[in-house]
Amino acid sequence: MTSPVLPFPAPAPAASGRTPVYALVGNPNCGKSTLFNALTGLKQKVGNYPGVTVEKKIGTVYSQHGQPMQVIDLPGAYSLAARSPDEAVTRDVLLGRRSDTAQPDRILCIVDATNLERNLYLVHQILDLGRPVILVLNMMDLATQAGLQIRVAKLEKELGIPVIPCEAAHGRGLIELKVAMSRPDLPLPRHRWDIPSPIAPAVSELQASLVENDRKAPLSARAEALLLLTDQDTIRVAGSTPLSGRTAEILRSWQKRWEGEGTDWAATLVSSRYDAITRLCADLVERDDRPSNASSTSDRIDGVVTHPMWGWLVLGGIMALLFLSIFTLAEYPMNWIDGHIASLADLVKESMSPGDLRDLITDGAIGGVGGVLVFLPQILILFFFIGLLESTGYMARAAFIMDRLMSRVGLNGKSFIPLLSSYACAIPGIMATRTIEDSKDRLVTILVAPLMSCSARLPVYLLMIAAIVPGDQVPILTKVGLMLLMYALGTFGAFGFAWLFKRTLLKGVPPLMIMELPPYRLPRLRDVVLQMVERGGLFLRRAGTIILGISIVLWFLSTYPKAPEGASSQEQMAHSFAGKAGRILEPAIKPLGFDWQIGIGIIASFAAREVFVSTMGVVFNAQSEDDEDTAPLRQALAAAKWPDGSRLFTPLTCLSLMVFYVFAMQCISTIAIVRRETNSWRWPLFQLAYMTGTAWLLSLVVFQGGRLLGF
Amino acid sequence: MAATIPLSALPVGRTAVLRSYPTAGAAFLRFREMGLLPGTTVTLVRTAPLGDPLEIQVRGYRLTLRRSEAEAIVVEPAAS
Repeated sequence: MTSPVLPFPAPAPAASGRTPVYALVGNPNCGKSTLFNALTGLKQKVGNYPGVTVEKKIGTVYSQHGQPMQVIDLPGAYSLAARSPDEAVTRDVLLGRRSDTAQPDRILCIVDATNLERNLYLVHQILDLGRPVILVLNMMDLATQAGLQIRVAKLEKELGIPVIPCEAAHGRGLIELKVAMSRPDLPLPRHRWDIPSPIAPAVSELQASLVENDRKAPLSARAEALLLLTDQDTIRVAGSTPLSGRTAEILRSWQKRWEGEGTDWAATLVSSRYDAITRLCADLVERDDRPSNASSTSDRIDGVVTHPMWGWLVLGGIMALLFLSIFTLAEYPMNWIDGHIASLADLVKESMSPGDLRDLITDGAIGGVGGVLVFLPQILILFFFIGLLESTGYMARAAFIMDRLMSRVGLNGKSFIPLLSSYACAIPGIMATRTIEDSKDRLVTILVAPLMSCSARLPVYLLMIAAIVPGDQVPILTKVGLMLLMYALGTFGAFGFAWLFKRTLLKGVPPLMIMELPPYRLPRLRDVVLQMVERGGLFLRRAGTIILGISIVLWFLSTYPKAPEGASSQEQMAHSFAGKAGRILEPAIKPLGFDWQIGIGIIASFAAREVFVSTMGVVFNAQSEDDEDTAPLRQALAAAKWPDGSRLFTPLTCLSLMVFYVFAMQCISTIAIVRRETNSWRWPLFQLAYMTGTAWLLSLVVFQGGRLLGF
Repeated sequence: MAATIPLSALPVGRTAVLRSYPTAGAAFLRFREMGLLPGTTVTLVRTAPLGDPLEIQVRGYRLTLRRSEAEAIVVEPAAS
């Protein structure tokens, strides 16, 4: 027995007086971002929902008459029964649970017209909310190509809401959409569907309590009641208003009662929604059965891309191309930035009188921030590639191919790209973990990502390899072999720790691999570039202040206390706090084969690893005019001695130092980003401790082991 | 009634009708919400190069799932 629960609509109040706020919602891969960009242009504000690392995007749309309307782009979701922090934010905003975001007045629902049934599931849940809804049927061109005819007028009549066919990627249908959006009298959905009658009393009681105790609007409360009753493993995110005690109590008592009865109402409810959708679609969609071009093209590509042999070649080829372009393309803007930062510092030097303030600005602020800015081109190129892989649909295939291997250490395929990106730089890698739904998997990936040898370690490896095998006529294979050894060590370290963390600290259910494989699509360059710029900006804003702060602290440590007048920069370094810290550190690092001067390098390169090289230049007084030329530094290192006259940079010490740099967390930008992405200091500090601890231990093993073996 | 097998045992390229499901677990609620319900037609499109996960076609779109989950889903192969 069933009974209709949702009432007929009352006319919606005209949104007068203030700017109407629309929420834009839809499944992942339905063209939501493209529509948002097409509607709002560059008038977007990108930020974060406080307490969660979910992007918050707000833009302004102007109607044909220049009337502004606000659009909140909510994260893609398959259902309001959230399974990831992204989906939880979408749910909470729509239900008015977030104190930082007002409940939107109206909802813009976008669906992929080629995949109507599954897309309508979320729409069906949203229609329950009792807000005015506009339905956007996106990718109508692809639907036509696939042989689907959708009766738009009939759909409008059935749901009682405006339905706008659209091709967001080509800008078609946008005017009609804006006209609909600026209507003052948007109707409420005529939404009737049968929910199983045994649930009805529970829904009513909970709804009444939500209205009375949680101050919810009656219709929205009904939708929320349905959701609460059927989504028991719900995930909560920070910033979400908790239920009142009374409502929570009612909820618990109903859940207990149903547990005793053993009926799975959640499953029943999903089925009854799909039944309604299937009935609706039977009348709406006409399908001619000719094989569709779009899906068969996609299938042909997949025949190669996920082929047991070609698949690996394609994956390897794409990754090789990615790294090649990062290292070659990034070089020009990196030199440009380097040059401009140097000339900026020179400009300040010329225009200010000599003194500590000047040095603070040039060496501390400009130098420190510049050292991080130099990596921005690499980071942006990586963001660009990640965006490209995402928007074409290849990202999902890479995860599909790699899942089996990643599952060996307890992760799933979605961790692959973030970890791979970390070979260039851990920052875009860590920011790319947002696509991983499971929060524990995401955290494990973040924790191990900096172990992948990033490009900032390269100068250190190169210097040490040059010091191990002096002279330019060394066999190239030895150099390459040593380099590969370091990369392998980092990679095995990352997977080893991932395995360990998944078994101990962050034990969870084995991760799922329920993932949609969207058809391949041509990337929209504008969307990819826009996303790259947004993420780059986010990184600068997030890491900027912390990096600036630590750069100044490190400058202070190497400048004070002042050495007597006329001292060289080498003597100044030895005299400074950093020099003293190096000496204090020496007992701890001597077993690794390092003296206090190397200690200074380790402390200074805490800001960024490659700073080690320039610090060694100062410490051993071997600065050359040309940064590229490390010959003077190599000679100086070869001449460096322990106080007892024995050689400091023996091959074993160099190897130990390289191993140290493979594992040590020597990067404040990464710490800053991990702090932001995990929303606490706990995880970046844990990461710092475990990585540096491992670095110390393994360097100890290398150095002492090597000595025992007689090296 | 025709013989039923686990989804994981369906040969590549074959179509089947979904029959039953474990009721417990977050994974299976999500499967349902993605449109995999008793009575739904599914086709096993391919497996990943290492044999796991599986790619299926359901309601006109493609979905991946791990073999371990597919083992718990019972399907009835369509007559070929």
